[in-house]
Amino acid sequence: MHAVEVSGISKSFGKTEVLKDISFSVSKGEIVGLIGPSGSGKTTVVKTIIGMEKADEGKVTVQNQRMPNRLLLNQIGYMAQSDALYMELSAEQQLVFFSKLYGVPKNKRKQRISECMGLVDLEKDLSKKVMIYSGGMKRRLSLALALLHEPDILVLDEPTVGIDPRLRKQIWEKLQLLKEQGGSILVTTHVMDEAERCDRLVLLLEGSVLAVGTPQELKNQFNTDSIESIFLLKKAGESA
Amino acid sequence: MRMLAVAERIIQQIFKDRRTLALMLVAPLLILTLVYFLFQTDQESIARIGETGLTDPMGDQLEEADVDLVSVEPNESLKELLLNEDLDAYFLLEDDLLQVTYNASSTTTIGSVKAQIAGLRQQHFALQVEEVMMKAAESGLIQPDEAPGFLNIEETYEFGSDETTFFDTISPFLIGFFVFFFVFLISGISLLRERTTGTLDRLLATPVKRSDIVFGYLIGYGIFAVIQTIIVVFYSTYILDIQIAGSIWYVLLINSLIAFVALAFGLLLSTFANSELQMVQFIPIVVIPQIFFAGLLPVDSLQEWLQVIAKIMPLYYGGDALKAVMIFGRGIDDILLDLFILFGIAIVFTFINIQALKKYRKI
Ligand SMILES: Nc1ncnc2c1ncn2[C@@H]1O[C@H](COP(=O)(O)OP(=O)(O)OP(=O)(O)O)[C@@H](O)[C@H]1O
Ligand SMILES: [Mg+2]
Repeated sequence: MHAVEVSGISKSFGKTEVLKDISFSVSKGEIVGLIGPSGSGKTTVVKTIIGMEKADEGKVTVQNQRMPNRLLLNQIGYMAQSDALYMELSAEQQLVFFSKLYGVPKNKRKQRISECMGLVDLEKDLSKKVMIYSGGMKRRLSLALALLHEPDILVLDEPTVGIDPRLRKQIWEKLQLLKEQGGSILVTTHVMDEAERCDRLVLLLEGSVLAVGTPQELKNQFNTDSIESIFLLKKAGESA
Repeated sequence: MRMLAVAERIIQQIFKDRRTLALMLVAPLLILTLVYFLFQTDQESIARIGETGLTDPMGDQLEEADVDLVSVEPNESLKELLLNEDLDAYFLLEDDLLQVTYNASSTTTIGSVKAQIAGLRQQHFALQVEEVMMKAAESGLIQPDEAPGFLNIEETYEFGSDETTFFDTISPFLIGFFVFFFVFLISGISLLRERTTGTLDRLLATPVKRSDIVFGYLIGYGIFAVIQTIIVVFYSTYILDIQIAGSIWYVLLINSLIAFVALAFGLLLSTFANSELQMVQFIPIVVIPQIFFAGLLPVDSLQEWLQVIAKIMPLYYGGDALKAVMIFGRGIDDILLDLFILFGIAIVFTFINIQALKKYRKI
């Protein structure tokens, strides 16, 4: 059984076709990386999985149930590409608010909040207003919010942008840990060393899936020694 | 209860945002006070009249009627006379002819000047009648007690007193309007900001129901709207001394319903705006017309098709009910229909709001 299954989705905004017949899946205990150049449609895929965009064709299932489905959102931890935080509130107020929305039991709330904030190294800044957070701190808070309700599935849209290498390493270790505990993780990224850490990669180009496979498989397929050069190859191929 | 979580968050946000809090709670009082002083002048503006050749009784009557009367020498052109002496009108009496020149730019005093002229005319006539009667009595044609007299007049006031000012008559509507306006603006802008900052999307990625969000907003802002209403009503009654003939509780009830409509309406219109500025652009379209149609002008005297327009405006019903209670001292029976319509409008708007959020999440 796949945790997330995307089958044949297409999506147009007005006349521009943004996604063309996209299919891939994320299994239990797997980290799948969605990679592709800017504007290739990664965020649109992610939003369709969450149910915020509706595919014109094809379907998305989560835990074998068809999305969009409001109650399934409880099993998904989502981190948007742009931080959407309530600037006036303190981090703690924010976390309490979202834990209520996700129905985290009252007696577990405090513990979950300090665990998640510990992971992103923000325990000391719990009572600070988000307005005075730095860009990276906001990013980390967004990640903490996604982990709050211990979801089985994580959908993270460029989670590590603006986060320093030490913390990035720490976050990836945590993702590995969650995966080993049976979590399923879909992560979009531009960072190639992160792509290497994924179990499988979905390479997106101009709204189509160009290739799917483990990092090694992709390298073999394109006959290069790094994921990065696949991008460069592809770009060069186009302009030629 | 997710709905309550949303409401609680909104309350936290409002408390952190002192300016909005002040705008909601203090601004209506400031404006109401200003308007109060603007319309407080219960005497109409005093007319300044220049005269040449008026008789003494005429002069006395005009002075008694609080006219600022000055004797002038007509040795300049009329225009210059009006201008130099700063006159609203100029009276020139020659024999039986009173020549009146108005300063047409003094629109606020023309009415009272005309009333004065009518008075002078009557006085002139009455004096002549009296003279004729005297002669008749002297020559024994009639007995002195047969002489005609003036009509006796006794004045009383209902729905107010001789102290009732223009402000008193429009204050019911003004109170309703300010409650409507500030709640509309603030609730609309807050949902808009939720959308433009992306937190609405973030919210909709949780298992929250669309209705939880809308009701959360209604509860969160509703609490402030009711507090605002209470402050405005009590301030008007006890500080500005606006007369409330009926029960103050009805006034609070009506205003709370107005706030409810404003909330739902503000949230709804924010769906059609993409920025704060666009939200503000709705004010001349949907808010300003309501001032004129919903109570500032007497709706009954409007043309029929204009009355139809008035009746599609929520504030019309609010203003109508407030007038009934505050001026005519009516009870619940007379305002029930208005309340019912206001409530209905709010419910419909709320429902549309819940549907409108489908634009951001299909379920
Ligand atoms: N709401 C929208 N209306 C119209 N076009 C849109 C909309 N959202 C996205 N697009 C278009 O869809 C395409 C894919 O956008 P998307 O945000 O999915 O790219 P991305 O791969 O996430 O890019 P990046 O790496 O820069 O985040 C872009 O060309 C974008 O202009
Ligand atoms: Mg993106």
